[in-house]
Amino acid sequence: MRKGQYRFVAGFLFVPVALYLIFVIWPYIQTFGYSLTDWKGQSQTFEFVGIDNYTALVRDDIFMGAIWHNILFLVFIPVITILLALFFAFMLNAGGRGRAGGVSGVAGSKFYKVVYFFPQVLSLAILAVLFGAVYRSDGGGMLNGFLVKLGLVDANDPIEWLNEPNLVLWALILVVVWHGVGFYLVLFSAAMQSIPRDIYEAALIDGASRTHTFLRITLPLLWDSVQTAWVYLGIAAMDMFILVSTMTSGEYGGGPDHHSEVMSTVMMRNFLYYGKSGYACAMGVVMLLLTLIVSVVMLRATRRERIEF
Amino acid sequence: MSAPLKTTSYGDSVPTSPPPDGRPGKPDGDRGEGVVLNVFSHGFLALWALLIVLPLLWLVLSSFKTDSQIAGSAFGWPQNWSLDVFSRAWDKGIGDYFLNTVLVLAFSVPLTMLFGSMAAYVLARYQFWGNRLLYYFFVAGAMFPVFLALVPLFFMVKRLDMLNTYQGLILVYVAYSMPFTVFFMHAFFRTLPTAVFEAAILDGASHTRTFFQVMLPMAKPGLISVGIFNTLGQWNQFILPTVLMQPQSGDDPERYVLTQGLIQLQQQQGYASDLPVLFAGVTIAMIPMLVVYLSFQRQVQAGLTSATLK
Repeated sequence: MRKGQYRFVAGFLFVPVALYLIFVIWPYIQTFGYSLTDWKGQSQTFEFVGIDNYTALVRDDIFMGAIWHNILFLVFIPVITILLALFFAFMLNAGGRGRAGGVSGVAGSKFYKVVYFFPQVLSLAILAVLFGAVYRSDGGGMLNGFLVKLGLVDANDPIEWLNEPNLVLWALILVVVWHGVGFYLVLFSAAMQSIPRDIYEAALIDGASRTHTFLRITLPLLWDSVQTAWVYLGIAAMDMFILVSTMTSGEYGGGPDHHSEVMSTVMMRNFLYYGKSGYACAMGVVMLLLTLIVSVVMLRATRRERIEF
Repeated sequence: MSAPLKTTSYGDSVPTSPPPDGRPGKPDGDRGEGVVLNVFSHGFLALWALLIVLPLLWLVLSSFKTDSQIAGSAFGWPQNWSLDVFSRAWDKGIGDYFLNTVLVLAFSVPLTMLFGSMAAYVLARYQFWGNRLLYYFFVAGAMFPVFLALVPLFFMVKRLDMLNTYQGLILVYVAYSMPFTVFFMHAFFRTLPTAVFEAAILDGASHTRTFFQVMLPMAKPGLISVGIFNTLGQWNQFILPTVLMQPQSGDDPERYVLTQGLIQLQQQQGYASDLPVLFAGVTIAMIPMLVVYLSFQRQVQAGLTSATLK
């Protein structure tokens, strides 16, 4: 490479690398260091305390409970979202059938794809306000109002969706699923459309039913996208900060009585409310480790032989 | 049907001849399963569409109701259709939050595209020592949860004296958008033909000029995808402004972005109940996204999908 080129390369890289280094990489690295201190964040004075923060974490019932809730999210959010998205994607791309040899979507599939995707472009903050209203604990909430109308719920004693310890996690899962299905539907649709049509036609001629077609042809050929979806949803389930912190009670959410606490809310409360920066950093490190473990486990668990077509 | 082409794929563009009555034709006779499944699946598809649309419509309608109407019953029809509530919501802060968001994005999105493309271009098309290393260094950032960085990031921005400033948030947005942008544009620049590049250089264009006048225009489709992705992502960002955009002292003005402001309004609603204003605020926040989405829905869907797959 000539001299002028070096100058050009260096010139083009300087600003992006500097920004990235200062605001992303360096903070990531610092977190590990701070997690070993008793830093309160107010001043620059802190003591090295070794792994004290980590041992305290293990004894922190709230944080341990939060990990458990994250695990519940991790199990239910991807499974429900992916199953619904797969079902809809199949219906919209190959559900309509009947014309000789035709494999196509059901009528109106374009319309459905546009509508289903819409929640994806709304911010989670909008979702939080919207579902806060839907879950209102009186007849004015959409869900309670509906159930009262159907006579399933007593108007004087409606369900407190977000304050019922046994319901709050499910109420949150519903929001995430509502938000995500459309996106994964489109993702799976894109993958389905790259499957050659003659495979389906051959299956049709052989008299395969729709269920068979789906299980034996579509799903195996989609496995790569399902795997991607699984990892993405898993990472989202490890976060959940916005919804929990804004929809549930308590400082940075987590209520009632820590029944909806997730790692990110405990961390933010310790950092911004209690000012325990070092402790919060230790939580950040634990979140990183768990996220990495989750990604690796999910990738391994869903590994299949790649099918070329 | 004779000799189907290998390249044909089924999908939403398939029907070669639409059924005369606009409905899917009769099942092949021997398939009773088809009818049941059709009714079932159509019902289910329509139900999900309703589940998406109804809450949103209900929320927009609620902004035309009064407080007592909202608390009373979920299904009352609004009585006064005055748009006054929207201007009230705008005055109550939504206007400021909206403008703050627009102001930040007006700088952060173009800068993200510029710096991201510059780094991606150099990494994709020039050989130099450490190239691969630098590339992985950029891409690795996408793997870590942002929570890992929050505490030190807060103090880093504080040390730079940029807490609760637009420029601080802009720089942080640009930095955190870098991994995906570099990753995506890197793949894109690699696919561009070398011949055009060589022709430009032979014609005496400098490397910088070649980038801005030849390569960047050719990468336009990729830039659009990345642009949509970053706009949506930064517009909807919540956690970074929550940590970085808080008034630092009594006379430090509030510079909340839209997502933050909505949550703020929601929390205030506990003290001074004015729910229609909150709902009107959400409606105002929703409309630009709805318009962008409906006008570019193909690109938005394609952009976000390829963002995940690659």
